[in-house]
Amino acid sequence: MFEAIKHNMETIVGVEIYPILSLLIFFTFFVGLGIWVFGYKKEAIDEMSQIPLKD
Amino acid sequence: MEMQQFYYDNKIVKKFIYATILFGVVGMIVGLLLAIMFLFPNITDGVSWLSFGRLRPLHTNAVIFAFVGNAMFAGIYYSLQRLLKARMFSDFLSSLHFWGWQLIIVAAAISLPMGYTSSKEYAELEWPIDIAIALIWVVFGINMIGTILKRRERHLYVAIWFYLATFVTVAVLHIFNSLSLPVSFLKSYSVYAGVQDALVQWWYGHNAVAFFLTTPFLGLMYYFVPKAANRPVYSYRLSIIHFWSLIFIYIWAGPHHLLYSALPDWAQNLGVVFSIMLLAPSWGGMINGLLTLRGVWDKVRVEPVLKFFVVAITGYGMATFEGPMLSLKNVNAIAHFTDWIVAHVHVGALAWNGFMAFGMIYWLIPRMTKGKLFSNKLANLHFWLGTLGIILYALPMYVAGFLQASMWKQFNPDGTLMYGNFLETVTQIIPMYWMRMIGGCMYIFGMFILVYNIYRTIRANQTIEDDFAEAPALQEISKKRLNGEKFHPWLERRPIQLTILATVAILIGGIIQIVPTIMVKSNIPTIASVKPYTPLELEGRDLYIREGCVGCHSQQVRPFRSEVERYGPQSKAGEYVYDHPFLWGSKRTGPDLLRVGQKYNDNWHFNHMWDPQSISAGSIMPGYKWLFDNEAMDISDIETKMRVMQTLGVPYTDAEVANAKASIAKQAKGIEQNLHSDPDFVKSYENSKKVAAAKGEEFVPMSQREIVAVIAYLQRLGTDIKVKDNAKN
Repeated sequence: MFEAIKHNMETIVGVEIYPILSLLIFFTFFVGLGIWVFGYKKEAIDEMSQIPLKD
Repeated sequence: MEMQQFYYDNKIVKKFIYATILFGVVGMIVGLLLAIMFLFPNITDGVSWLSFGRLRPLHTNAVIFAFVGNAMFAGIYYSLQRLLKARMFSDFLSSLHFWGWQLIIVAAAISLPMGYTSSKEYAELEWPIDIAIALIWVVFGINMIGTILKRRERHLYVAIWFYLATFVTVAVLHIFNSLSLPVSFLKSYSVYAGVQDALVQWWYGHNAVAFFLTTPFLGLMYYFVPKAANRPVYSYRLSIIHFWSLIFIYIWAGPHHLLYSALPDWAQNLGVVFSIMLLAPSWGGMINGLLTLRGVWDKVRVEPVLKFFVVAITGYGMATFEGPMLSLKNVNAIAHFTDWIVAHVHVGALAWNGFMAFGMIYWLIPRMTKGKLFSNKLANLHFWLGTLGIILYALPMYVAGFLQASMWKQFNPDGTLMYGNFLETVTQIIPMYWMRMIGGCMYIFGMFILVYNIYRTIRANQTIEDDFAEAPALQEISKKRLNGEKFHPWLERRPIQLTILATVAILIGGIIQIVPTIMVKSNIPTIASVKPYTPLELEGRDLYIREGCVGCHSQQVRPFRSEVERYGPQSKAGEYVYDHPFLWGSKRTGPDLLRVGQKYNDNWHFNHMWDPQSISAGSIMPGYKWLFDNEAMDISDIETKMRVMQTLGVPYTDAEVANAKASIAKQAKGIEQNLHSDPDFVKSYENSKKVAAAKGEEFVPMSQREIVAVIAYLQRLGTDIKVKDNAKN
């Protein structure tokens, strides 16, 4: 299956870097997201989730 | 702390709700008419502007942009003000947004039945209306961001992020997909051709579903479900993950609409991989919505609003599970081009969007009129009619899709197709079309009940006035991060930075798709024998676009033994290089037409377009009698059309442009001559000359009428590679 993909990509110059870049982008994105989310204080999370109920 | 006093603008919310209801009724009735046309194809015989091909885009546009669009704006204008403790930024912009949007809808409702269409799905409107959409969208954006900037609540609740992502992404998608060169006031050609056009269109089409039908409604879910249940969202952490991963991943998945097409394999596979990943954030969101109701399930039994929300979120979960499954190549091979896809989108539209909108309306109107809903019983009746309607709509369409795909692929032991005549696979599924129509009727009947219930509620209660509110002004604090403040809490009080980051998140996937699209051009193997259309064929193609033939006929033969056997050699990317816009289609209500050229003689097409049932008994194609009217075809723009094509890279010579009209006359005369080989044609042709003379009308020779151009185009389709099958790679 991957032979079929590689064949089409060969014409792009410097294509070897693409899979590495993609992996890096994804890895950083989701690790960063995880750190943000689980770094929250419980009170801050509670406060924000109450916003719609306050009006 | 000093309290500031202000009023929430309820009147703008009211206007958007009324528009939602009005266009919901209109869009659904047009949909029902289309469903009836599957059973009685000639019910609007001879009326061009009520023909299936022209009404189909009207139905999709009315439901998506008028019904769902207005519902989205109503919900956003209500929730945004309250989440930010501020009135909308500008009453003038609110009004401009409302009336501008309705004017665009009216322009669509007039221009689409008249046949002014770009033919690109969910982006059919012609260029002046496209520009108006972009402008009004910006008005909406300024009004929203302006409100955010003058807010009295420090943190932006997650719903608002969804609204911001909606604004940014729809703007990007709309502009890139609508790029076209105008020929005249209401006619343009897409700047992209063939494979490239297909890739951009489905990058748009897929993300229009994502960022017009999904993200804004998720925002509404995160506001209205907690409100209606009177408890906070199940997990605010999950909602953050939901938001970022959804907008990051969604934008990549577009190519799953083009599996097994002439699109390069790597782009197809990219679409599949991201579609599978999309399952995680989608279901995260669904679970978050449903679990918000933990502990209040007893309320769901008695409160119609919550019932609507539960079915809506369940529908979202079903559609977003089905989506990734459909993008697996082996499943897609069965489902694509069939009624399965119709079932899939209607679970999304009827359950997710429709029921979210209904729940929201039933919740909002009593609150804004400061009273009770006129009848909970009627709302419950609406709920049950709607739910059963959805089931009765979707299930038969699943069966129809699966059944028809199986018949398309069925071989006899001797290697011939068991259902060699496409029509045999259509007549088998007519009973499903009946059931679908009944399901649709039930859903619409539920909508009528809503109209009555809301009307009575408004009459019984107070007139809708702006709500008084007070809140302390937001104190200035440092724009930088405070001591100990984490990144995301900081980001949530910095709307501009949040918007920029969201834009970056959607652009990564967008760029990864668009850059190869531009490079694709150099990756398409050219085919020497593929030549541009003749002027008459080009006019015929524009008529094919005008009549919306693409709504029922694909021009894309997939590389399956069953399709090659039925239609001819599989599609090659190089065959479409002059197709501005591409016309691959997404549904086969009738057979594929890519290789229809020279398959039948001119008389066959002539008779078939006049009265399809006279050629194929039981066919559900309508007649196109107005193409035969005693009127000369309008070819006044042909030189401009060809010059625009030249600009877009189609190799017409200047001599060809100059001789366009002579070339049309010559080719058309040839077709008229061919038609004379049928004695019946000669007889009726002579008759019609006499009729015209008796009426004192000028008689227009057949060669100058529209039908001849359509025949010329159909006879050309797919014939280029028959000349010499010498693909140069």
